[in-house]
Amino acid sequence: MTALASATTTATEADSLPLDRIDVSRAELFERNVEGDYFRRLRREDPVHYCADSTYGPYWSVTKYNDIMAVDTNHQVFSSEAGYGGIVIDDNIQKGGDDGLQLPNFIAMDPPRHDEQRKAVSPIVAPGNLAKLEGTIRERVCRVLDNLPVGEEFDWVDNVSIELTTQMLATLFDFPFAERRKLTRWSDVTTAEPGGGIIDSWGQRKGELLECAGYFQNLWNERVNLTEPKSDLISMLAHSPATRNMKPEEYLGNVLLLIVGGNDTTRNSMTGGVYALHQNPAEDAKLRNNPALIDSMVPEIIRWQTPLAHMRRTAVADAELGGKTIRKGDKVVMWYVSGNRDETAIDRPDEFIIDRQRPRQHLSFGFGIHRCVGNRLAEMQLRILWEEILQRFTRIEVLREPERVRSNFVRGYANLPVRLHA
Amino acid sequence: MTVVRYIEANGTEHRVEAENGISAMEAAVKHSVPGIDGDCGGAAACATCHVYVDPEWLARTGPAADGLEKSMLEFAEDVRETSRLACQIEVTGKLDGLVLRLPDRQH
Repeated sequence: MTALASATTTATEADSLPLDRIDVSRAELFERNVEGDYFRRLRREDPVHYCADSTYGPYWSVTKYNDIMAVDTNHQVFSSEAGYGGIVIDDNIQKGGDDGLQLPNFIAMDPPRHDEQRKAVSPIVAPGNLAKLEGTIRERVCRVLDNLPVGEEFDWVDNVSIELTTQMLATLFDFPFAERRKLTRWSDVTTAEPGGGIIDSWGQRKGELLECAGYFQNLWNERVNLTEPKSDLISMLAHSPATRNMKPEEYLGNVLLLIVGGNDTTRNSMTGGVYALHQNPAEDAKLRNNPALIDSMVPEIIRWQTPLAHMRRTAVADAELGGKTIRKGDKVVMWYVSGNRDETAIDRPDEFIIDRQRPRQHLSFGFGIHRCVGNRLAEMQLRILWEEILQRFTRIEVLREPERVRSNFVRGYANLPVRLHA
Repeated sequence: MTVVRYIEANGTEHRVEAENGISAMEAAVKHSVPGIDGDCGGAAACATCHVYVDPEWLARTGPAADGLEKSMLEFAEDVRETSRLACQIEVTGKLDGLVLRLPDRQH
């Protein structure tokens, strides 16, 4: 009853504003979990929507699946280049405030530099290497799950989602294992803006990222002169012709990109899956009757969660989209979280259905040349996690509603109190 | 109808009678050929329908097109001169008997 009442209230809230006053970039909408009502209205009434005034300046919202696909696959017109503001709505994430660090990285580049640098890191997530990683991942998943208390309340986010994704990153970077939570912190700091609960000022962010830069510079120095290069990501960057002469800030930028890319995203899908099954007991029963459904459930979790709510581009030429004229220089935000709920592209999009026919047709990884380089690694981590959960626990009971992160970019959970049933 | 033969990396062959006008990716998905994912639905935007065109057929299918198809293939695994995205090959009568080989795994 309470849930129903609050859903009605927020629907009214989203429907009561004049269209030109709607600003879906407000991070508190995501924290309150009401952004869906706003996006439903935009998809219905104004799918390519102009917001003239926001914290981040004027911007276009692209809310429907096919329009997002059109922007994502047209990198000639819709640039990711850092110099225009990069790939998130807040230009400051790229430039770190007025006196910030410039952190160039390949996701915020256009071809040809993008292509060269992406190719330098992609071998680590190539099929052959993934197969080698599977054993290590499974071992670590088992160890984490075996140490969880049964029958007692604990936080799934901290004890499972953060722990596992952080361990994975430490493995990929061959990062000192005991200090791995530094990676979690640096990931959080990279995507934070002051006031969101992680940092208090851009200066603090800069200080922590400089510490990160120093740490990774040492790791680079240790590895760059080895005659037999190791197979971790830092060694790959230090030895690849495309990246070995990178400037220190470009190295840091790419490192942070890989940390964020492999951290927040998988973390929140690991939590989202537990929460989705809790809300959909019939799907949970389906899964337990037929564990083979893990294969289609994993991409469904990633769609349903959409751990990155948006990606941003900047138009470098005038373009028509959904009947609107986007001008050269305009900021264009692709709301993946909305496209993944587009009823004209996905059947029953608000529902969590673990045996969809084409579960990989979702926008969470993006499409085109910037498509997530680690998508199969993410899926493998989630698959192993669920395979091992089903071996151990009959039920993961969610005790209270989770708190959500105050961000229009990372769509995630601050905590999820649960109790395991043996 | 046009016959398209999909051959998995392990040699298993799937012979499909495809309707003309659809893409070789759509034909594979419709007939449940394993190893062709087509996540993006045919926009040359995910490179999960990577195939090797049998050299004898390459003149008729043509090589990968400039633009997105070539760009996306840049990031696929084990790309060769005969690599194409199956979603960019239209099934037509002149391709009757077309042989497409699949990579080890789509990535």
